[in-house]
Amino acid sequence: MKSATEIDIELEGEMARDNYLTAEIGVRSWLFTTDHKRIGILYLWTILIFFIIASVAAALMRIELLTPQGDLVTSDTYNKLFTIHGVLMVWFFLIPSIPAVLGNFVLPMMLGARDVAFPKLNLLSWYLFIGGGALALWSLIHGGVDTGWTFYTPYSTTYANSHVISMAAGIFVAGFSSIITGMNFIVTIHKLRAPGLTWFRLPLFVWSLYATSLILVLATPVLAITLALMSVERFWGVGIFDPKLGGDPILFQHLFWFYSHPAVYIMILPGMGVVSELITCFSRKPIFGYGFIAAASMAIAVLGFLVWGHHMFVSGQSIYAGMVFSILSFLVAVPSAIKVFNWTATMHKGSIHFTTPMLYALSFIGLFTIGGLTGLFLAALAVDVHVTDTYFIVAHFHYIMVGGMVTAFMGGLHYWWPKITGRLYPEFWGKLAAITTFLGFNLTFFPQFLLGYLGMPRRYHAYPPEFQIFHVFSTAGASILGVAYLMPLIYFLWSLKHGRVAGPNPWCATGLEWQTPSPPPKHNFEETPIVTGKPYQYSAEEDVDLDLANA
Amino acid sequence: METTKIVGATGPSRPTVETQFDDVEQQREAAQLGMWIFLATEVLFFGALFLAYTVYRFVYGSAFVEASRRLDVVLGGTNTAVLLVSSLLMALAVRAAQLHQRKQLVRLLLGTAFLGLVFMSIKAFEYRKDFVDHLIPGAHFQWTGADPRNAELFFWIYFAMTGLHAIHVTVGIGVLLLLAVLAQRGKFTANYNPIEIAGLYWHFVDVVWVFLFPLLYLVGHR
Repeated sequence: MKSATEIDIELEGEMARDNYLTAEIGVRSWLFTTDHKRIGILYLWTILIFFIIASVAAALMRIELLTPQGDLVTSDTYNKLFTIHGVLMVWFFLIPSIPAVLGNFVLPMMLGARDVAFPKLNLLSWYLFIGGGALALWSLIHGGVDTGWTFYTPYSTTYANSHVISMAAGIFVAGFSSIITGMNFIVTIHKLRAPGLTWFRLPLFVWSLYATSLILVLATPVLAITLALMSVERFWGVGIFDPKLGGDPILFQHLFWFYSHPAVYIMILPGMGVVSELITCFSRKPIFGYGFIAAASMAIAVLGFLVWGHHMFVSGQSIYAGMVFSILSFLVAVPSAIKVFNWTATMHKGSIHFTTPMLYALSFIGLFTIGGLTGLFLAALAVDVHVTDTYFIVAHFHYIMVGGMVTAFMGGLHYWWPKITGRLYPEFWGKLAAITTFLGFNLTFFPQFLLGYLGMPRRYHAYPPEFQIFHVFSTAGASILGVAYLMPLIYFLWSLKHGRVAGPNPWCATGLEWQTPSPPPKHNFEETPIVTGKPYQYSAEEDVDLDLANA
Repeated sequence: METTKIVGATGPSRPTVETQFDDVEQQREAAQLGMWIFLATEVLFFGALFLAYTVYRFVYGSAFVEASRRLDVVLGGTNTAVLLVSSLLMALAVRAAQLHQRKQLVRLLLGTAFLGLVFMSIKAFEYRKDFVDHLIPGAHFQWTGADPRNAELFFWIYFAMTGLHAIHVTVGIGVLLLLAVLAQRGKFTANYNPIEIAGLYWHFVDVVWVFLFPLLYLVGHR
C-alpha cells in the first residue's frame, strides 16, 4: 500500500512540463496572449470579480428583507442594489460564464484544433469585456443606477436620476465582446474541425455552444441599438420611445425582450451542453438520443426568438398576440423536456459515479426541471397575470439561471479543472460544496414561489409582516448558498499548489480534450488528431476507478 | 499576361498561414465566414431602427409622407449614385487584388475612399441645411404643417438611421485608406483576403443606403 505522497511523487512525473502555463511567463504574456486557454482563464478571473460584487448586492438585499420594515437601506438604495445585482449577474457573469470561460478553454480542444479561428479577436473580446465592465463599475461607484436591469422607458429616459447612460454604455461595449465570441465560435466550429470530425460526431457541448453563438450574434446587436437609442433619447430629450412625439414606450419593451428572451437561452443552453458531457461520462454510457439532444439545442435557439411577447402579457399588447406568444412559449418546453428525458435515459442502467461534477449535473436536472415547469405556469396567460411582477417570477428565473446555469458552470469547472490546472480539487470538499449548494439554493428560492403566489411583489424593500417567515427562510438559505460558493473558491485556490496531479484523463473520459496532456501544450495537440467514430463511446461494463475521495 | 510573370522577388510571395489554420484556403474561408456573420449582426443592429420606422410609418402615414417631402431628393439621389459607383470601384479593387495588380489596387482603393468622402461631404451639407431649416428634433424643431409632433418623430428616425449609417461609412473610409497604404507597401500580393473582406463590408454599407434612400426620401414622392 502506497501512501498518498508516494503516489504524488510518482504522478508528478506525468505533469506535462511544457504546457500553456509554462510556455511564457510574466504579466505581459497574459495580457497579450492569444491562446484560447489563457483567455478562458482571464475571463474566469474577471467574471469572478463581478460575481462577488453582484453577490454582495444580493446579500445586502437578503439582509434587508429579513424584517418587514425597511430598516437597513432606503427604498432608493434598494432599487440600486437590485439593479446592480441584475446587470452584473446577467451581462458580466452569466452570459460570459460558460461560453467565454469553459467554451473558450475546451471548444478548440474538443474540435482537435490548435486555437479558435480568430485568436486576436478573442483577446479583443476580453478587452471589450473589461472596458464594458469598467464603465459599469464606474456607474456603480458614482451612485449606481435605479432602473432595474430592464431599463424600461420612460422611467429610464426621463425620470431616473442615476447613471443610466454610462451603465448602458458599459453593456453596449460588453455586448460587442459577446458578439465577437459568438462569431469566433461559429467560424471555429464550421472551419476548424479535425479530420473525420463530422457534425454528428461533435460533442454535445459543441452543439450547445453553436446554438448559443447563433443567439449571441443575432440577438445582441438588437440590445445594443436599443440601449443606444434609449441613451440618446435620455441625453437629447426626444426620441422614438417618447410619447410626446407619438412614440411608444412599449416599443422599447419589444426590442428589449427581442434580445433578452433569447438571452435567457444564452444563459441555459451552454449549461445543458455541459450537463450532457457530465451525465454520459459519469454514467459510463453513450448519451441516449444524441441527435435529439443536438437538434433540441438548435430548436431552443430558434424558438427562443419567437417568444419575447410573454414578458409583456400585462403591457397592453393585444390579447391575440398574447395567445400566440403563449402557445409559442409552451412549445419551448418540448425540446427542453427532450433533453431532460434523454439525460435520465442515459443514466438508466448506467454505472453511475457520484463524483462532484455528477452531483452538480444531477442538481441541474432537478432544479432546471422545476424552473422549466414553473415557466409553463408563466406561459399560461391567466396564471401569468396573477403572478406578474411577484416573487414567483424571481423564483422561476433563479431556478433556471442559478439552479441551472450556475450549477452547470460549477459542474463543468470541477470536471475540466484537472485539464485546466493539471491538478485535482479535493473530492470530499467538492461533494460537500455541491450538496450544500443544492440545499442552500432550494431553501433560498423555494419559499419565493410561495411568496409570489401569495402576492408579494418583487422589487420592494418593505413588506407586510405576514410574509416575514418566508423571507427568513430565504435569507437563511442565501447564507448557506454563500458558504457553498465560498468553499470552491478556497479549495480551488488550494489545489493549484497542493492538489493531486491529475494526469491527462482522470475521468477516463472520451473526447479529444482528454487525449492531450494536462495542462495541455500551447497548441493543444502534438499532432492533429483524426476522429474515426461517434462521441461518448463509454461502456457501463468496463470497470473504472473514479474514486478520488482520498485526494 | 499574368502567366508570363516571373515569380520571385517581385512576384507574389507565399502567403502566411496562421498557426490555427492548416492551409491558405481554410484561412480564407474562415475569414469570409466571419465577415458574413458580422454582417448578419449588423443587419440586426440596423434592424431595430427599420422596425421603429415601419411601426411609425404605419401609424402616422400622412405625417411621414409630408415630412419626407422636406428632404432633398436631388442630394439624396446624388449620394445614392456616389455610393453605387464606389461599390463598383470596390469590386474592381478586389479583382485587382486577385490579379496582383498592385498599382491598380491602390488607385481603386483610394478612389473608393474618395467617393466615400464625397458621400460624407454631401451628407454634411444636407445636415447643415436641415439645421438651418429647423428640422433637427428637440427645442429648435419648427414645423408649420399638420402633426408637428409626428413629423419630429420622422426626423428623429431620419437622423438616427442616416447618422448610424454615416458612422459606418466613416469607419469604412478609414479601413480603405489603411488598406491602400498597406497595399502600396505590397502587403496583399500574397493574401488578398483583407481586401475581399473590406469589400464585403463596403457593399453592406452601400446596401443599407439603398434601403434608406427610398424609405426616407422617396415615400413623399409619387
